[in-house]
Amino acid sequence: MNDAAPAIPADSQLKRDMPLVPANSIAGRALVVVIAILTFLACLTAGGAILVGEASQAWRGEVARDVTIQIKPRAGEDVDALVALAAETASRAPGVADAIAYTKAQSEAILAPWLGDGVDLGQLPIPRLIIVHMQPGHADDLEPLRAALAAGAPAASLDDHRVWLSRLDVMAGAVVVFAAALFALMIVAMGTAVGFATRGAMAGAREIVEVLHFVGAADSYIAGQFQGHFLRLGLRGAGIGGAAAALFFAVAALASFVARRTSAGAEIVALFGAFQLGLPGYAAIVFVAGAIAVLTGVLSRRIVFRQLSALS
Amino acid sequence: MLRFDNVGLRYGVGPEVLRDLDFSIAPQSFQFLTGPSGAGKTTMLKLMLLSLKPTRGTIHIFGEEAGGLSKDQITALRRRIGVVFQDFRLLDHLTTYENVALPLRVRGRDEAGYRAEVVELLRWVGLGDRMNALPPVLSGGEKQRAAIARALIVRPELLLADEPTGNVDPSLARRLLRLFVELHKSGTAVVIATHDLSLMDQFGYARRLVVGDGQLRVFEGDPR
Repeated sequence: MNDAAPAIPADSQLKRDMPLVPANSIAGRALVVVIAILTFLACLTAGGAILVGEASQAWRGEVARDVTIQIKPRAGEDVDALVALAAETASRAPGVADAIAYTKAQSEAILAPWLGDGVDLGQLPIPRLIIVHMQPGHADDLEPLRAALAAGAPAASLDDHRVWLSRLDVMAGAVVVFAAALFALMIVAMGTAVGFATRGAMAGAREIVEVLHFVGAADSYIAGQFQGHFLRLGLRGAGIGGAAAALFFAVAALASFVARRTSAGAEIVALFGAFQLGLPGYAAIVFVAGAIAVLTGVLSRRIVFRQLSALS
Repeated sequence: MLRFDNVGLRYGVGPEVLRDLDFSIAPQSFQFLTGPSGAGKTTMLKLMLLSLKPTRGTIHIFGEEAGGLSKDQITALRRRIGVVFQDFRLLDHLTTYENVALPLRVRGRDEAGYRAEVVELLRWVGLGDRMNALPPVLSGGEKQRAAIARALIVRPELLLADEPTGNVDPSLARRLLRLFVELHKSGTAVVIATHDLSLMDQFGYARRLVVGDGQLRVFEGDPR
């Protein structure tokens, strides 16, 4: 058409990468913030559930291998002899690794924090304890030990922590169910927010959609443009939320490491663990954030398709 | 190429705004669609573009009966039609280059593959130095030329133009019309909606579709 052969502009001379759905809008920024907050909360929930699960496993592992033999002092009996007999009997029972008898002073020391300094524990019939460590693989089979004690040390009673463990199971299960319910609520909230944002973006881009139709764009192409737009918003929001959650757990782990030097901190660490999420935990955060971003894109695509069908 | 049989259109339960439309557009033909403002020229173009469905009658386009077409089939047919809107319909967040390249982009073509032809067309319509400008900073005439270039870039079989010279000075209007004539000579059927009688008088050989009072009368052009 032109006489002079025109030079084709280089890449740097031509602006040509603008997405068809405008990238920056107030609604888009608001959606990024909403997705970031929900991703942060979802990652905290997932990470918290993982920590509780790991702590529960740790308690279970430690407790399940230990059983306690209790000797209640009775008038006229030599408690120390009964304790020595029970410890000796237990240590010979099948499946027992060792049996450690607590001295009277040690037994009183265990109760001291609960009873205070002003109580003369020497006047109280404090039960004496023997801690029995089971051999690996024998923690669930306490019958030989129970039978050996019944035969050789009838004054001893065996506590295998099963009630406590079943309560622990219930508690850990409840935490997981609660976390799953919270997670589901967050996903519903996010889906609703993405739905509103997509419909808003479609309404704002009605003229763009019309023009795209007139120049020959298929619905799948238009939906793909919106999907790409919302996937980018989702990635940005989920990235921010996921990174914030990872940072939170890293700071919590550092704080618990520092606090471990104090007695209160040590107790918290003993109960709830060191807030060290570990690689699987951080992988879960990446997975949750990625899934939320993908969900954002897929949801918006479905909504755009529905809107386009309604337009036709 | 395009045939209307007893086509009528009404909005809701109102009276028919267009009725008894019987005409056809032949391949490689050139015609003006004219009539007073508000007579229904733009509505006629929307019917031709299949963005409106008639309330009665049938429209055949490229050998297909429009009423039975799926959305994908309509999309495929629209790719054979170029359209210039009266209000330009340029996307404000895209540059002039991106707006003109849009029909090629939505067809999934690689940008490097069409850059030369888009640039050449932009230079031909006098927008060679406005390729990176956004529509809000373009003048009315520049927007008009960009809109025309966008319609022409795919070398359509049918070109529908709604007042394509309404915002340009007479000399540019003649130049743009020459562009349509060249496109017509290369095999495109052209329908230009206008109420500019002087413009139509320059092309006495063109057929005139005159819409008024909801009906259409066809006047064949002078033989060349």
